[in-house]
Amino acid sequence: MPTDQHVLPETDLIIPACHKEEEEEYEVVYHKPATLVDANMHYCPGCAHSLVHKLIMEVVEELNIQDKTVGVAPVGCSVFAYDYMDIDMQEAAHGRACAVATGIKRLMPDKYVFTYQGDGDLAAIGIAETLHAINRGENILIVFMNNAVYGMTSGQMAPTTLAGMHTTTSPDGRDVSFYGAPIKVAELMANLPGSFYVTRQAVNSANAVRKTRKALMNAFKYQQLHKGTCLVEIIGNCPSNWKMTPVEAVKFIDEEMVKTFPLGDIKVPNTEDLKIF
Amino acid sequence: MNSINDCRKPEELIVAGFGGQGVLSLGMTLAYAGMVENKEISWMPSYGPEMRGGTANCIVIISDNKISSPILSQFDSAIVLNQPSMDKFAPRIKPGGLLLYESGNIFKPSIRTDIDIIGIPATTEALKMKNTRTMNMIMLGAYLQLKPVVQNDSILEALAKVLPEKYHHLLPINRQALELGETLARQLKEPVS
Amino acid sequence: MSEFKLMKGNEAMAEAAILAGCDAYFGYPITPQSEVLEYLAREMPKHNRIVMQAESEVASINMVYGAAGAGFRAMTSSSSPGISLMQEGISYIAGAELPCLIVNVNRAGPGLGTIQPGQGDYFQSTKGGGHGDYKMIVLAPASVQEMADFVFLGFDLADKYRNPVLMLSDGAIGQMMEKVQFKPYTRPETDKSSWATTGKPRTRNRNYITSLHILPEKMEIHNLKLEEKFKKIRENEVRLEEMNTADAEYLFVAYGLSARICQKAMDIAREKGIRIGLLRPITLYPYPYRRLLELAGQVKMMLSVELNSGQMVEDVRLAVEGKVPVEFYGRMGGMMPTPEEIVHHLETLIQYHHAN
Repeated sequence: MPTDQHVLPETDLIIPACHKEEEEEYEVVYHKPATLVDANMHYCPGCAHSLVHKLIMEVVEELNIQDKTVGVAPVGCSVFAYDYMDIDMQEAAHGRACAVATGIKRLMPDKYVFTYQGDGDLAAIGIAETLHAINRGENILIVFMNNAVYGMTSGQMAPTTLAGMHTTTSPDGRDVSFYGAPIKVAELMANLPGSFYVTRQAVNSANAVRKTRKALMNAFKYQQLHKGTCLVEIIGNCPSNWKMTPVEAVKFIDEEMVKTFPLGDIKVPNTEDLKIF
Repeated sequence: MNSINDCRKPEELIVAGFGGQGVLSLGMTLAYAGMVENKEISWMPSYGPEMRGGTANCIVIISDNKISSPILSQFDSAIVLNQPSMDKFAPRIKPGGLLLYESGNIFKPSIRTDIDIIGIPATTEALKMKNTRTMNMIMLGAYLQLKPVVQNDSILEALAKVLPEKYHHLLPINRQALELGETLARQLKEPVS
Repeated sequence: MSEFKLMKGNEAMAEAAILAGCDAYFGYPITPQSEVLEYLAREMPKHNRIVMQAESEVASINMVYGAAGAGFRAMTSSSSPGISLMQEGISYIAGAELPCLIVNVNRAGPGLGTIQPGQGDYFQSTKGGGHGDYKMIVLAPASVQEMADFVFLGFDLADKYRNPVLMLSDGAIGQMMEKVQFKPYTRPETDKSSWATTGKPRTRNRNYITSLHILPEKMEIHNLKLEEKFKKIRENEVRLEEMNTADAEYLFVAYGLSARICQKAMDIAREKGIRIGLLRPITLYPYPYRRLLELAGQVKMMLSVELNSGQMVEDVRLAVEGKVPVEFYGRMGGMMPTPEEIVHHLETLIQYHHAN
């Protein structure tokens, strides 16, 4: 069975030893969700992906829907998402996650189906599939990780790259007269009648993490309503490609990213639709 | 697959005209009737821009044996409903074959002498019936009078299948048209020496 | 036995999909096969199946990926330019070993080409089409009946080998009407629970569908596994039809519509005393190399007749290992050779080879 495939080779990371006897003396105040595979993640220090993976898996665990959830991984840094999330998953071609998710959800309307996509995957090569899935009101959750840069191919300009932002393919900064302005995906998609819940969050502070978790929890629950697509855009920190320390990256979100990508709910369901909760 | 030598001779027909003249449904009705009689049949339409008012044609083959090529260059018979089709297909009729044409639309029929050439004023007759769309069935009736490749009953059964149910109130007038075509062909047919 | 129906090839294929238990069809309109989507849009909902007009062929094939990955019988159909757009998805489907049926109602190209029939997609269909090492099982129907029959066969083969199956038809077979009979069909048992993404219960490990094997060592193991599968397919799934080969001195090799035209040409040639037979490959992958090699010991010349500039002829030449001359005759651009034209070409070639 595929569980042992694709797991990255053991690295030289030193994992602190734990002594069972000692553990028993303490009260457990936090545990990793059981729905998260016990594996070393390949993400860079300070990267948002590992945190968001964990949040999604916490929600799946809390809602007790592991056996009803199917995820779709993109092409990008999170291409290996299925190595970390202990749920059934499909790895889609670059940009096609929403089409793949459509195929899954239409055949299994009672399952919880989500895609996990980066900005290149969703907003460049996959904008058509994304827009049409949302326009059809597919009852899926799209988790959109926006870090304004292509991560896996190491730092090229993305459709969401900020004006003037330096990347390996915009060495003098993004020239909006040449490349246009960064696409505000959440605002764009909120205009489509098929979208049900659209929000933009971040994970660069404890408070932001709590809000993101809440947004993901809501978005998963809303799938039960069959009312349309939920889009949770998350501003992700990418210290490696932003050429920053993790702490600088955290600050960069508050100081720069939110100017173009303001945080908060963009489209919320009306209370009538949420009566059953 | 049997060789052609041991088959009874199949009928290889082309129907051609303008889109909207009922070329394809004429052929389809005939093919359907062939199927009713358990014969082998194929109906090969021209498709594409023709559907939007240009020229349209279909090749119908009715045979007692399995049909090989659905695409042919030589035909036993042709039913042509406009001048371009006359010009294009008259030369492709096998010697001894039949060329049936709609004489209201075609002013220059073929001058070949080695085939039977019969003009039917189907449009005029259809106008008299106050339904120009029966023109194709008048032609089909005339054709079947000259080449009885299928029985009358089979054609009537086929008509009911080819016409969508919402048009079934038109079955009687189509039937009349078929009978009229037969009568016209009987009256007009003069052997070509 | 069920009754005969008069149907277009495209419609027969669509009806067969329903009878074969196709759970989902995803497609995008393109001539000459838009009838498929139209037919299924009308009929599939009556059977509680999923039918969807996608925003593109790219989306269609990826919807098929999702549905097939969840363990459902899924299919799409298109014509040449649309099939080109699907190549990425087909490569992923082959890499992820997902069973599905893809139908190409071939029109003439390259580019936008014309909507008239062609066989110019032979290489694309049989040699891979998309990137990477993979093969599809390729079925080539030559009649409306086969357009229906090969849907059942195609789905079964796809399930049997966990591999995409392509039905390579053409505009003429898709648009023509012939009588067709839908035979009773029993779907073979297949257990997809070990890989289909249906939601992970506590009792099993998670299933995931991927074509990614980032470590070269593991990628090669996966390639070898695929190759092992293709070897089995080559050994077990070759299908062909022969006509008049017992006494043949010459041989037509043709598939699909070309084979039908060649049958007529064969009849005409035999009336003229030319002892010619016809070999019609039904599977274009796997290709009937072995049988062609046997016949190379019997006939004086083979003539591959295609609606392209000479694609399958390369496989015929590969098959006969130089033992016999292999000639080619083709028309392109949606033009079709007449039987008489083929016979004329055959006679010229016979004279040429006789003289040499």
